[in-house]
Amino acid sequence: MATAAIAHNPVTFWDRVWVWLTTVDHKRIGILYGVTAFLFFLLGGTEALFMRLQLMRPEQNMIPPETFNQLFSMHGTTMIFLAIMPLSAAFFNLIIPLQIGARDVAFPRLNAFSYWTFLAGGIMLNTSWFLGGALNAGWFAYSPLTGLTFNPGHGVDFWAISLILLGIASTAAGLNFIVTIVNMRAPGMTLTRMPVFVWMTLVVSFLIVTAFPVITVALIELAFDRAFGFNFFNVTAGSNPILWQHLFWVFGHPEVYILILPAMGIVSEVLPTFARKPLFGYMFIVFSGISIGIMGWMVWAHHMFTVGMGPVANTMFTLTTITIAVPTGVKIFNWIGTLWGGSIEYKTAMLFAVGFIAMFIIGGLSGLMHAVSPSDAQQQDTYFIVAHIHYVLFGGSILGIFAGIYYWFPKATGRLLGEGMGKLHFWLTFVGFNLTFMPMHFLGLDGMPRRQSTYAADMGWNLWNMVETIGVFILLASLLVFLYNFFRSGRSGQQAGADPWDARTLEWAIPSPPPEHNFDTIPQVHGRDAFWEQKHPHAVPVPAGGANGQLHPAEHHGAGHEPIHMPNPSYWPLLVSVGLCIAGYGLIYITHRSPGAFGLNLGGLAAIVVGVAFAAISTFGWYKQPAAGSEH
Amino acid sequence: MAQAAHAGHAPEHPTSTGLDNRKLLMWIFLGSDCLFFGSLIATYLINYGKSLVGPYPHEILDIPVTSVSTFVLLLSSFMFVLSLAAHTKGDYRAFRVWVLCTVVLGCTFLGFQVFEFQQFVHEGLTPRTNLFGTTFFTLTGFHGAHVTIGVVWLLSLFFLSLRGKLGPDKNLSVDIAGLYWHFVDVVWIVIFTVIYLSGVVAGAKAAGG
Repeated sequence: MATAAIAHNPVTFWDRVWVWLTTVDHKRIGILYGVTAFLFFLLGGTEALFMRLQLMRPEQNMIPPETFNQLFSMHGTTMIFLAIMPLSAAFFNLIIPLQIGARDVAFPRLNAFSYWTFLAGGIMLNTSWFLGGALNAGWFAYSPLTGLTFNPGHGVDFWAISLILLGIASTAAGLNFIVTIVNMRAPGMTLTRMPVFVWMTLVVSFLIVTAFPVITVALIELAFDRAFGFNFFNVTAGSNPILWQHLFWVFGHPEVYILILPAMGIVSEVLPTFARKPLFGYMFIVFSGISIGIMGWMVWAHHMFTVGMGPVANTMFTLTTITIAVPTGVKIFNWIGTLWGGSIEYKTAMLFAVGFIAMFIIGGLSGLMHAVSPSDAQQQDTYFIVAHIHYVLFGGSILGIFAGIYYWFPKATGRLLGEGMGKLHFWLTFVGFNLTFMPMHFLGLDGMPRRQSTYAADMGWNLWNMVETIGVFILLASLLVFLYNFFRSGRSGQQAGADPWDARTLEWAIPSPPPEHNFDTIPQVHGRDAFWEQKHPHAVPVPAGGANGQLHPAEHHGAGHEPIHMPNPSYWPLLVSVGLCIAGYGLIYITHRSPGAFGLNLGGLAAIVVGVAFAAISTFGWYKQPAAGSEH
Repeated sequence: MAQAAHAGHAPEHPTSTGLDNRKLLMWIFLGSDCLFFGSLIATYLINYGKSLVGPYPHEILDIPVTSVSTFVLLLSSFMFVLSLAAHTKGDYRAFRVWVLCTVVLGCTFLGFQVFEFQQFVHEGLTPRTNLFGTTFFTLTGFHGAHVTIGVVWLLSLFFLSLRGKLGPDKNLSVDIAGLYWHFVDVVWIVIFTVIYLSGVVAGAKAAGG
């Protein structure tokens, strides 16, 4: 097959592009996810920068309110769906197969499809800027503000349809990683021997495949209301638009844990490596992760304390929300226990991991404050909430993700990220982050409302708003340092070798960057911290994790002695995504509408027909193409 | 591979659980789809009885006709059980006969649905009329879309078998298509109960009281 030949010997520039377009290698897809998501992260950061410039001084008119609405709506959507989730997905792709001792994910082409569909959704969402304006109703887009009456433009349609596409991408990835982790573990890798990052990925994948159908239904209802005049959120037809809030947050709260659990998994890998101790309380960390995943489904209405659900519902959701702090606290105590008495080495990855713990504690505590419904009534829609979400998502997720970038960059590229620049990056981030978001607590408690494009000069908010904007510029500087470090180290950084950190898990047992087939022979796992045990078989005993001697089904099979079959490169996943994207644009423009009248738009209908046909034919091609081929 | 042998078919590669990757994928996907239909059903129930204008459910739903179409769909599930059994035994002629019966029954169900939708529109119920119309057409419409995908899938199995490309090594493909088909039937039982039976019973009570 020509595609396979080019994959092994790219000659020209276009050969190399072709390799990336047709790749089904989990490591390449991981890099694609990481780079794309980081570009979206910079885009979302730019949107934030514009907002902070507008709010730097009172009563400024630099950005008109309508544009400001679009900026905060798209900033939230971009950071959550196009930056943090896919950055986590980058680590799932790069690391999970390596940590469980597999040659790839269970469905390599489905994995490529997930990436291309994510990219299609991200591009579609952002084209709305140029096609009549982006979403302007906030990232949770409450009804009836999103109805045609108040929002006649196409921004909401772009948002709804591209989020459906992103949901398809995430669900496909979630299914793929559940099957991979459940079914593709190396012989001897029992569930209780899996690294914590693998466990957290498994929990997150279950949350993705269960939570995304709910928002997909909500988005379909919204899109149908707007395109065809259905009545789901039409108050004049007797409906209750609070349904949107319930559907959104039934998805939205599991989503919060989809954003934070991967970072918790990363930190659980970084801390033991640089404290030179096994993870303290492995089982507690795993089970608290699982219980966070389950309890994440029982707390959604704490986002809705002020809509008037009544004292019983408010009390129940206050109780469940306070309870979910228990497994979170268990994790934090176990991380501190891991550090306790360790020979701590403050590499950059470790600085970010420890920074994660400290900042996440602050975010968790402010979360507990608005878990109490009467207290939340005071904080609702103020900057206090904005401070909280940024302490958990920036101070939590993003710091955790940076810890992961510094930790696994050498595995992905074979070179170390510069430590000096890395430490500068960390301290600039840490200082800039706290300058930006700590004052939001004060402003919020003083009553400054979120989502307002300006404020009066005599409110006493001038100083802290100025400080926040200065903090954003320090964050900008930290990102420039990081980008410089990234490109310089990627080109001429110190060679890493297979195991630069003297780490514990299987990905460090193979060369950096790993060969296409990952493992020459599939490793045999005898305990937790599998690679540490290989390196130091007679040193301090590592926890075995589960019954030794219990034979794993795959152990019968003499893995490693058979020829290695790697999946063929394929362009079909990309083409299916392109088809879905075309159909998506068709859905956005399916009707001409004026108040009370909906006329079918033949152009939109044609795009749907063409897109669906294109996707169907490509799916057929996908089915016809043999999955695995060439031997190595 | 004691576990895999027990499950009735050997997976392509040895897996940690002995369950084939594709089958596991289908099970988890169906779990995910449960939440999709769950959300649509929740939307229907929350808006139940909230329509401001008619036609209301008990005025328009035709229980006898829908009972027939429900029976047709359940019968198709039974036909698919027979076709999978025939395929497992290696009787590919019988497999094709039964799978074609399944497809015909599936199409009959869809025909009933098209007829019903047309009838409702004729009687003045469209998705724009009231909340009942909006939630009814969306929920049953998405179920119909699932049935349509299933029909296309089963037809493709039929043609693959006709060209001799669905041998004993493809038994699992038939099995997985069956999981999907039976799931779609089970969802219909819930929908039939929630929309048709309870709607008419509640309507009759309201009329009697």
